[in-house]
Amino acid sequence: MDTAWAHASEIAAAVCDGRASAAAVVRAALARVAKHDRVLNAFTAVTAQRALAKAAAIDAERARGRRLGALAGVPFAVKNLFDIAGLPTLAGSKINRDRTPATRDATLIARLESNGAVLVGALNMGEYAYDFTGENVHYGASRNPHDVSRMTGGSSGGSGGAVAGGLVPIALGSDTNGSIRVPASLCGIFGLKPTYGRLSRAHTFAFVASLDHVGPLARSTRDLALAYDAMQGYDDDDPVCARRPVEAVAPLLEHGSAGLRIAIAGGYFRAGASAQAQAALARVAAALGVTNEIALPEAKRARAAAYVITASEGGALHLDRLRARGRDFDPAVRDRLIAGAMIPAAHVVKAQKFRRWYREQVRALFAHVDAVLAPATPCTAPAIGQQTFMLDGVELPVRANLGIYTQPISFIGLPVVVVPVPLQPLPIGVQIIAAPWREDVALRIAHALERAGTVAATRPSLERAE
Amino acid sequence: MTKQAKSLRKGKFKPSRAPVAKASRAKGSRVKGKPPRRDPLDSFVDAAAHALDLKLEPAWKSAVKTNLKVTLALAALFADFPLPDDAEPAPVFSA
Repeated sequence: MDTAWAHASEIAAAVCDGRASAAAVVRAALARVAKHDRVLNAFTAVTAQRALAKAAAIDAERARGRRLGALAGVPFAVKNLFDIAGLPTLAGSKINRDRTPATRDATLIARLESNGAVLVGALNMGEYAYDFTGENVHYGASRNPHDVSRMTGGSSGGSGGAVAGGLVPIALGSDTNGSIRVPASLCGIFGLKPTYGRLSRAHTFAFVASLDHVGPLARSTRDLALAYDAMQGYDDDDPVCARRPVEAVAPLLEHGSAGLRIAIAGGYFRAGASAQAQAALARVAAALGVTNEIALPEAKRARAAAYVITASEGGALHLDRLRARGRDFDPAVRDRLIAGAMIPAAHVVKAQKFRRWYREQVRALFAHVDAVLAPATPCTAPAIGQQTFMLDGVELPVRANLGIYTQPISFIGLPVVVVPVPLQPLPIGVQIIAAPWREDVALRIAHALERAGTVAATRPSLERAE
Repeated sequence: MTKQAKSLRKGKFKPSRAPVAKASRAKGSRVKGKPPRRDPLDSFVDAAAHALDLKLEPAWKSAVKTNLKVTLALAALFADFPLPDDAEPAPVFSA
C-alpha cells in the first residue's frame, strides 16, 4: 500500500484486517514528514514518540482480537492552536512559546484517537489565526505542494500543505472567516467547516468566539466524513457546542445528490472571481446540472460585519499581549489587532444585530434550495510574499481579501464543504453550502462530484521540489 | 482601573500630540494663515491608545491608522442599514 496517498478509509481497512500494521503506517508518515517538510514547512512539532507508542498499542489491540476504530492506524496532525499534552499551544505565535505546556489534548484530538487515529504532530499556521495566506514571520511560510513558491492559504496553512503533500491523510484546522476553506481551495483538497457549534472547540486557542469553528481537511469526502463523525457530540467544555446527537454522515454518502435542490450564488459571489474561479464553479454546476442562480441578500454587508466583529473580538482577546509584548507580534497581525481594539462599540453591536437579520434572510432561502454553490477563493494560490492582487479591476491586499467569498457564510455559521477542482496548473475550490446542521447534504453532493470525477485531490510531484 | 481610565473619569484626559502635528504647527507659524488641520483619525488613534493603556511605537501608527480606516469604512457599509430598535444581536445569553 502506498500510504503516502492512501485514503484514511483504506489505511484503516488495511490495519483492521492485518494487511498493514499501524506501526508501519505511522513510521512511513514520520519518514515522509522528515523528508518533505524541509520544503513544505507544514509542521512545527512532530510527536514521533507518542505516535509510535499509540501505533504499537493499536497493533497490540488487534493481536488480542479486539475490534479497532474506524480510523485505526490513520496518522493525523493538527493546527498548532489545538492543545497537545506536553506542548505549549503556539497558535502560530512567538509569544505563546512561553506558555505552560498543555496538560491534556484538545477534545477533538482525544475523539479521533479514541477511534484509532494517531497524532503525529502540530501544524504551522498564520499568527493567532488572523490570516488568509499561510505565511508566518516567526516560523516561515507553509508552502503549497503544487508549487512550493506559492501560498497554501491560511490560516490553517500547514493543515492544507500536510494533507495536499501526502504527509498525512487527515488534518484539523480552524475556520473563523475561511481558514479551513481557503487552504483547502488553494491546496486542492477537501475541507469541511461544520455548522457553528457542531464540533467542540474545547482546549484550542481561540480567536473570535462569535465566529470560531473547527473541522477536518482530507483528500476524499469519505475521509472527511469519517473524521467528522468521529468528532461529533456534545462537549461540556465548549459553551458554544450544541446539545445535538451524533448524526453520522458516512453511511449517507452514497445517497448522492439526486433530488437535492441546488443553486449557484449570484450577485456578490460572481463579482471579482478570476477566470479560474469561474471555470471551477461552472464545471461543478454543469456536473450537477445546476443553472439557476439565487442571491444571498446583503452579502457584501455581511462580509463587512464579519470583518468588524473579527477585528474587535481579536483586538480585545490580545489586548494584554499587545500592551506587554507588542514587538513580539508579526507586525502585520499586530497593527490589525490594535486597530480592532479601537473600533467603537456601536459598530460591533450593530454588526451583531445585522448578523441576526442576515441569518433570517438566508435561512428563508433554504426553504427553496438544499445547497448553494459559490467560489471558495477569488483566485488560485498567489505567490508567497505577494501583497496585492486585482479583484474586479481593483488592487486589494491579498491577506485580507482571499476570504471574500468565505466570510459571508461563516458569519452565520452555515456548514460548507470545499471541493477541489483540478485545474491546471493549479487547483481551486468550490464551496457547497448547506442549511444549518445539514452537513450531510453538502457531503453527499461533494461525494457525488468526486465519484463523477469532477473534483479530486490530485497528487503533486514533491520530488521536483526537493 | 488603569491610570488612563482614572484620568478619563476625572476629566483630565488629554490625547497626546504626535510629532508630525507639532511640525506642521511650527511650519505654519512661519507663514501666514492657519496651519493644516490634523487628520482627526490620527487624534483618534492617539486617544484610543491612551484610553486602552496601549503604548504605540511611532513606527506602528501609520499601519494602525490604515487598518482602522479600512475597518471603519467597512463598518460604514452596515452602520446605516435600517434595523428596528428591538432587533436582537446574534448572540443570546441565557442565565
